[in-house]
Amino acid sequence: MTQMTRPDSTAAMLSLRGLHARVGDREILKGLDLQVPSGEVHAIMGPNGAGKSTLSYVLTGRPGYEVTAGSAELDGVNLLELEPDERAANGLFLSFQYPLEIPGVPALTFIRSALNAQRKARGEAEISAPDFLKRARSCAADLKMDFDMLKRPMNVGFSGGEKKRMEIFQMAMFAPRFMILDETDSGLDIDALKVVSEGVNALRAPDRGMLVITHYQRLLDHIRPDRVHVLADGRIVASGGPELALELERHGYDKYARAA
Amino acid sequence: MPAVKDTLEQVAGLEKYEHGFVTEVEQEFAPRGLDRDTVAFISRKKDEPDWMLAWRLEAFERWSAMESPDWARVSFPPIDYQDATYYAAPKAKDGPASLDDVDPEILKTYEKLGIPLREQEVLAGVTGAPRYAVDAVFDSVSVVTTFKKELAEAGVIFCSMSEAVREHPELVRKYLGSVVPVTDNFFACLNSAVFSDGSFVYVPPGVRCPMELSTYFRINAAGSGQFERTLIIADKGSFVSYLEGCTAPMRDENQLHAAVVELVALEDAEIKYSTVQNWYPGDPETGKGGIYNFVTKRADCRGDRSRVSWTQVETGSAITWKYPSCVLRGRESVGEFYSIAITNGRQQADTGTKMIHLGEGTRSRIISKGISAGRSSNTYRGLVSAHPKARGARNFTQCDSLLIGKSCAAHTVPYIEARNGACTFEHEATTTRLSEDQLFYARQRGLSEEEAVQLLVNGFVREVLQELPMEFAVEAQKLVAISLEGSVG
Repeated sequence: MTQMTRPDSTAAMLSLRGLHARVGDREILKGLDLQVPSGEVHAIMGPNGAGKSTLSYVLTGRPGYEVTAGSAELDGVNLLELEPDERAANGLFLSFQYPLEIPGVPALTFIRSALNAQRKARGEAEISAPDFLKRARSCAADLKMDFDMLKRPMNVGFSGGEKKRMEIFQMAMFAPRFMILDETDSGLDIDALKVVSEGVNALRAPDRGMLVITHYQRLLDHIRPDRVHVLADGRIVASGGPELALELERHGYDKYARAA
Repeated sequence: MPAVKDTLEQVAGLEKYEHGFVTEVEQEFAPRGLDRDTVAFISRKKDEPDWMLAWRLEAFERWSAMESPDWARVSFPPIDYQDATYYAAPKAKDGPASLDDVDPEILKTYEKLGIPLREQEVLAGVTGAPRYAVDAVFDSVSVVTTFKKELAEAGVIFCSMSEAVREHPELVRKYLGSVVPVTDNFFACLNSAVFSDGSFVYVPPGVRCPMELSTYFRINAAGSGQFERTLIIADKGSFVSYLEGCTAPMRDENQLHAAVVELVALEDAEIKYSTVQNWYPGDPETGKGGIYNFVTKRADCRGDRSRVSWTQVETGSAITWKYPSCVLRGRESVGEFYSIAITNGRQQADTGTKMIHLGEGTRSRIISKGISAGRSSNTYRGLVSAHPKARGARNFTQCDSLLIGKSCAAHTVPYIEARNGACTFEHEATTTRLSEDQLFYARQRGLSEEEAVQLLVNGFVREVLQELPMEFAVEAQKLVAISLEGSVG
């Protein structure tokens, strides 16, 4: 497994250059450039079909998403050479738009197995059962989750909102270096959105980075981005500060869809 | 099967089948082929009384007139019954009296397999660790049975079948063939003629057997079959839990394993019978070699309120063909069947159960989890029937199949017969494919592909694993993982 290297002060934490990717015969990413420095939260917005979810899957290495050109590095490590689990061990986490159900496997068992697999890959000792439970209780309390829910099979029979909360719970448990949130606000009511956003904000730190993918501006009222990028037809077509999100909310994506 | 050694540790560096080694030991064989003389030879080797020989010979005559059945969803070339050896035993004087008399090579074999034959080693284990007595069957003979003395103090008889025939003829004559009649089926009939060794258990009235009992079957010799016979009798109000484990060397030829297991539960008695079957499955690519596991297992819940539960984890064998069944004769007797059957490579399995409700208020429960991978075929075949007197009978059946990859097959063939209007049968079945999406989700969280498959599969079989004795469950869980190694991608 490739070891993490410390980023030098000028390089971005996540660096994508000229990224092209396709699914089957269809090219979806067409030369995407993006730099996210350590400590920053960047938002990716864009119309449906622009390639937002594809970007999250390409970065995490989902089978079927083929990179045909360009590079993707996290802390100087070439992500494209790594297996999905190696990317996770290197600190990359994806909060899924549609989290999967794992029948028969209690959520805590699932998370503990995954956490220990990551630690093993990094050459760290397994987390002890009491430490794990302590951490789980504290994370669950922060997210106002019923602890008994964590003893049930992972995501089985959970509502859309509960599944999203479970994603953020996992994110808190793994404390990853770089987080991608794919449409985390969908399926959340306003109270849940607040709790989840607080959970996400609690993870903001100078040595972490975050990419928030969303169709709507409303999530960005709660998770304030440092930069906003517009993704249309497989490329970043505009970048700006948080005000760009407000502008998109007012005028829609038409301008960019035409430009692309 | 004892889980003394960590299976994963055992197989470090080894791929696929980890028990495929051959023990070099001097052996004694019956002449190749099968006729009355072969039957007489086996009986003589075992120093059997005349009644036993007569029983065997009658079975042989009946078998000679029978045809091999062809209704199961398995295919294999015709077996030449004359081209096999029906008795293979390590050379010994009169059967070992103690461990010191057992060939050191055989002891090493069991050590390698992680089976404790030295009582003091078991006793020296961690305080509170579960203890179990072992009957070790090597090809056609039982080489040693442990903890006999301690069991005898509780009144429990645990010995090899050969010994039981000589020492406890009254029990053997009363119960042998009373659950699986000699002519029940082709393979049971063959077994009745040539059965070699196996375990005998008798638990007296009101006794709770003080430890787990287990038999470990090992086929070693080439060109031989194994035909063990096991008989367990739980007398009124008694309880016994019994474990069975099996392995064999890797050989290019197919070897026949045609066992018969009979369980008798009298009034208020309970028997728990667990199997982890890990016979050599044959070459995963070519399908060459492997064990034909054609076994008849049946329990007779003879007494009122008696209870039998079968739990099986089937991962090995080229072909598995078995239906551990319960005849629910006693009023309010209960039968349970929990099964995990895994096929990979070129394996074929046709397995399930029969719950025959004869008595009033009888209940049964079937949970079957079939997993097919590679180019294997996995069939659940089950019968639930209620006879006219079995009013108030209840059955719940759940059959789930999981497919891994694109070239395997799963079939479910349930038969349901209700011959009275006052019974309740429920049947649920599902077939799912291990989804790429679930795998990716687990891998994104940091699990390797194999760890992810293992976790998903363990989730799928959890309900059944929970039925196994604790230590056994850990072993079974690892076995499940090993059986599916390399099944994805």
